[in-house]
Amino acid sequence: MTAGAERALRIAMPWLAMAVFLIVWELACIVFDIAEIILPRPSRVFEVMVLRWDILIDFCLQTLWTTAAGFLLAIAGGLVLGLAIGASPFVYSGLYPLLIAFNAIPKVAIVPILMIWVGVGATPAVITAFVISFFPIVVNVATGLATIEPEMRDVLRSLGATRREILTKVGIPRAMPYLFASLKVAITLAFIGSVISETVGGNRGVGFLMLSAGARNDAPTTFAGLFAIAVMGVLMYALCALVEKRMTRWAFRGELIA
Amino acid sequence: MTAGTGEPPLVDLRQVSLTYRLGKEETLALADATLGITRGEFIAVVGPSGCGKSTLMKLVTGLLPPTSGEVRVRGEKVVRPIRGVGMAFQNPTLMPWRTTRDNILLPLEIVEPHKHQFRRRRAEYAARADSLLASVGLGGFGDKYPWQLSGGMQQRSNLCRALIHEPEIMMLDEPFGALDAFTREELWGIMQQLWLERRFTAVLVTHDLREAVYLADTVYVMSRRPGRIVMAKAVDIPRPRTLETTFEPHFVDIVHELRERIHQEHA
Repeated sequence: MTAGAERALRIAMPWLAMAVFLIVWELACIVFDIAEIILPRPSRVFEVMVLRWDILIDFCLQTLWTTAAGFLLAIAGGLVLGLAIGASPFVYSGLYPLLIAFNAIPKVAIVPILMIWVGVGATPAVITAFVISFFPIVVNVATGLATIEPEMRDVLRSLGATRREILTKVGIPRAMPYLFASLKVAITLAFIGSVISETVGGNRGVGFLMLSAGARNDAPTTFAGLFAIAVMGVLMYALCALVEKRMTRWAFRGELIA
Repeated sequence: MTAGTGEPPLVDLRQVSLTYRLGKEETLALADATLGITRGEFIAVVGPSGCGKSTLMKLVTGLLPPTSGEVRVRGEKVVRPIRGVGMAFQNPTLMPWRTTRDNILLPLEIVEPHKHQFRRRRAEYAARADSLLASVGLGGFGDKYPWQLSGGMQQRSNLCRALIHEPEIMMLDEPFGALDAFTREELWGIMQQLWLERRFTAVLVTHDLREAVYLADTVYVMSRRPGRIVMAKAVDIPRPRTLETTFEPHFVDIVHELRERIHQEHA
């Protein structure tokens, strides 16, 4: 195979894999004669997506903005807390166990509490997205700070650098690749958060759409919602990966030289 | 031990010991070290691995407080990291997100009085960094990132960073340890050249005896852990020394003498 063909195939691979997956699914439904209410054929799902595109787009946008809002809050909060934890052993020993305990709580369990506090709608979705995507950001930023090479620290200390200077000159730039790496994980989690919230107590959004379609035994619409979430998740992931490459070019040095 | 000019030593260690504590375990890393370094002197510390050479360096710069004894620099007792020291380690520790030039400028962003003039005099400082780079044979590499440079080039940049703020004291902790033999010997020459031009006071920690004799005025030999200074050898070879010098009998004799003393430690 020529280098060009190999490259083309590499780019085509994800699409091919997806096509194979959908074709196998479609054929399996036909061959085993699976009822639509149990597992709709992908072609049927796409048909529904086209038919109901207006409501689907509307609800997708709703989910997208609550997810994005929660995600942005998580970046801001995660960055601040991550820096504090990574920079200070006291904050670390004080807050880390609490954070782990908090992260271990199933987020579905907090949605009803949120609904009591802030009511139904977009607010609990934003908060759930925030809460669920917050943790990986904190952990990664703190790790980036905590793993500064001791020699690097010694070089700065022997120059007379203050703790703040060490943080701004080495700590924060060094934590950036860790932050951006965590964003890819966090954005997919944020979608889970907002959709969970919409499912438990929403009146709009893809999660609500799926729940209400499920209640009507409308499996194709439920699956249309799933497809929509998957597509949004991939797009946001790709966006995060792009930002990561742009912002921390130096962390990808191996690829750049090759 | 020093040249005996009557001048008080710039760095003065008196009966300095250091014990590392890790839980209940105590390790005596350095015992009763006493030595003086005069202004502008280049000393080297050699010894078996794990003998506390790097510990000695951290004590001199105040990065570690001694368990007992006293470290004085410029007549003052060291209680916190002393300021404005130049440091170079085996690992070049350049920041990958900064260009080589910006890496070299780092000390000027931290050390007074440059810190407060940094924005205003940036162009001037950048020119200084570039000329320093040129003096170690890296002219025109300022805009490259450290990871685009070879190991030897990174180590040269590292030396430039250690020197840019014209420190009085240079701490060199096996700076050439990770390099191949040819690059290493080339950098000895560059190091000597820089020292002859600037006459900073230097402490070189190394386990390469030829390197120590090539660069230093005085070589201190340390014993096995707990590290003690067991020998101080003045190197009376005129400068500038060249690679040819390292094959002369007198040079070889000194290296042999040091090696024998270290072998006793391994026996």
